[in-house]
Amino acid sequence: MSDPTEESVRSEARAWLEANWSPDLGLVEWRHKLADSGWGVPTWPTDWYGKGYSDPLGRVIEEEFDRIGAVSVARTGIRNLAAATLLEHGTKMQKEKFLLRILTGEDTWCQLFSEPGSGSDLAGASTRADKKGNKWIINGQKVWTTSAHHAQYGLLLARTDWDVPKHKGLSYFILDIEQPGVEVQPLRQMNGHASFNQVFFTDAVIEPEFQVSELGDGWKVATTTLMNERRGADGLRRYAKATEKPGRAYAEEAEEIAHQLEPYKWYPQRAGRVDLVLQRARETGKINDPAIRQEIAKLLTMSKSTEWTARRARAAADLGLPQGPEGSIGKLAASNVARKAALVHTMLSGADAMLTGENSTMGGVIAEIFVSTPATSIAGGTDEIQKNIISERVLKLPKEARTDTDRPFRDVPRNIVT
Amino acid sequence: MKFNFTEEQQEFRLVLRRFLSDHSPTTEVRRLMETDDGCDPDVWRQVCQDLGLTGVHIPEAYGGQGFGLVELGIVLEEMGRALLCAPYFASTVLAATTILNVGTEEQKVTLLPPIAAGEMIATLAFAEDSGRWDSSGVEMTATSSGDEFSLSGCKSFVLDGASAGQIVAVARRPGSTGDEGVSLFLVSPDAEGLTRTLLESMDPTRKLARLEFNNVRATLLGAEGEAAAPLSKTMDQAAICLANEMVGGADILRESAVEYSLLRVQFGRAVGSFQAIKHKAADMLLEVEMAKAAAYYAAGAHDEGDDDWPAMASLAKASAGDAYMQAAIHTVQMHGGIGFTWDNDTHLWFKRAKSSEVFLGDSAHHRELMMQRWPE
Repeated sequence: MSDPTEESVRSEARAWLEANWSPDLGLVEWRHKLADSGWGVPTWPTDWYGKGYSDPLGRVIEEEFDRIGAVSVARTGIRNLAAATLLEHGTKMQKEKFLLRILTGEDTWCQLFSEPGSGSDLAGASTRADKKGNKWIINGQKVWTTSAHHAQYGLLLARTDWDVPKHKGLSYFILDIEQPGVEVQPLRQMNGHASFNQVFFTDAVIEPEFQVSELGDGWKVATTTLMNERRGADGLRRYAKATEKPGRAYAEEAEEIAHQLEPYKWYPQRAGRVDLVLQRARETGKINDPAIRQEIAKLLTMSKSTEWTARRARAAADLGLPQGPEGSIGKLAASNVARKAALVHTMLSGADAMLTGENSTMGGVIAEIFVSTPATSIAGGTDEIQKNIISERVLKLPKEARTDTDRPFRDVPRNIVT
Repeated sequence: MKFNFTEEQQEFRLVLRRFLSDHSPTTEVRRLMETDDGCDPDVWRQVCQDLGLTGVHIPEAYGGQGFGLVELGIVLEEMGRALLCAPYFASTVLAATTILNVGTEEQKVTLLPPIAAGEMIATLAFAEDSGRWDSSGVEMTATSSGDEFSLSGCKSFVLDGASAGQIVAVARRPGSTGDEGVSLFLVSPDAEGLTRTLLESMDPTRKLARLEFNNVRATLLGAEGEAAAPLSKTMDQAAICLANEMVGGADILRESAVEYSLLRVQFGRAVGSFQAIKHKAADMLLEVEMAKAAAYYAAGAHDEGDDDWPAMASLAKASAGDAYMQAAIHTVQMHGGIGFTWDNDTHLWFKRAKSSEVFLGDSAHHRELMMQRWPE
């Protein structure tokens, strides 16, 4: 058989979609067809619902999906990270049990990494997994867990050995959320939303076959999950395009999307709503205030330059060039934009910035900017961590001297979590 | 064009970088900045003849290479890095661009080839004692009698104005105001009634002059009374060029600061290992990369004929001006005491940053222009 080419793959995918796709199918029924045929995740291995194609060929197939308007496999949220992690490190049993239901969207997953005592220092996790008989018993607490309240499974990083250095004593598990030892509570944020959860474990049980990779390999496996998290930042945006076209599959997908995006409805405000600035400046008449004009101009400059810097990084990647410094500053730049935008919106609002809720400016949207932008410089790696990464990986400055990595974790000072 | 350079453009940049690091080391910069002309004739000859840089954006019909502001921007970024002492910005950027924008066909054919070849060094005399690079700020008058014009008034902050072989001057019809009645004129440097005084510039690599005109005979360049719009365009193009020059300087400052922080040891470790310094270095990288993205984008937008390119020109000028000055301040700080000495090279770029910050209008001025021009 000759190697697949762009043309051969395109025509084959098109023929298959034309013969099989119908918006009148049930979502799960259709996704089973996708999984069985390999067209749903063509870049996955042939043994596991895929065709082993390269990423560029995968994109060709996506174009064919878009062209015909076919719904894809479920691919939002943590379930993607679970799939990528299991494909790389999972046992045959784990892949058989979980991968298909990830693709059909029947199972929702969450990520149990961050803890009250370990945020930036993820490897300092102190949720414990102790062997009792042949089962793992879990005690401790996780936090910032999106979707935990409707997830079936969690990717858990827990400490199995306290007498070795921190990175070496972690193991990785699949946790069944729906059990008595697991309590999920919403975590209310300063902007009033509760997009995340806290998850408490009191003698929660994990069967031995749900350990992923070897004992003590948890950090290595978590790195796979985290790498995919960074790579997949686009997923949400792509998924956000629900269609109003008639058809059962479309309707069920729209419902799935609405459910999935619910925790993120304040995210535009988190980024600062630069798009509203000129409109608000005109409405309030402050467009004529020279001091405010200067601040608006600074904000627009930052916002545009951030966008252009990202475009430069993408252009370099498309040309196959090594990533330059422009590829690593986007997160930090976005923090600066959000902070500046909050400042400009405050200048535009004046005393109205003291108000919130439905009756405040734009039905509360402006107020929500002020109390949401602080998240930008914390979530997904704080500004300070980003600056460490930039200075160490891009500028090649020396790493921080560490006192926590060369001694038993037991002896490392930690937070007292009550 | 806006987001990446072609292989040819990158190769061009490398050639320039090699040439400039060989021919404009700081020892040379320090030697030339003490002279009145501020230029080495042999290096200038190579810049013009061997590399053809003086004609980069001048169309081939007028003896140039026919490239755009993207390529001109590459030249300026590299010159800004190396702090090349030469009348390049005055002649190729300011004077040639003005002539391209306003000259009659006959004038372009006559005036541009010598500039493109580097045989003639021209400059633009626009700002006056008020330090404004806009037509409304022009007070110098041009009195006509038949085809003859006579200029009276003062020009200041004229780049290489004391050494240039040809002066393009802006003046207005007596009694006119604002953008009305503004014209451009060609003036010979040895014309009767013209006094040229070299100013003591804080950045000694940027030679500035004050020119006094006392009934100086001048030739009209382009159409009488219609120079305001093409001059505004010239200033926008020059702002893009200056922005590109500035990001070159900012980038090399940033590199030197990081390099030094790895060498300097205090408290038993390289100062670059302290978070206070690492975070400053990360901030510098971000600010300079943002300014670069804007400078490149503005040059690309100009060459692609985007409607909003003048707004982007002002955005890029303000952004680069702020980033360059901030990078210079950080670089002195990261060097500590040594950074404040004359022997350390940082001050050479620091002074260029300060001078560039206000040359062609400061950041606040350009932000205001940007707001006026911002697309709906």
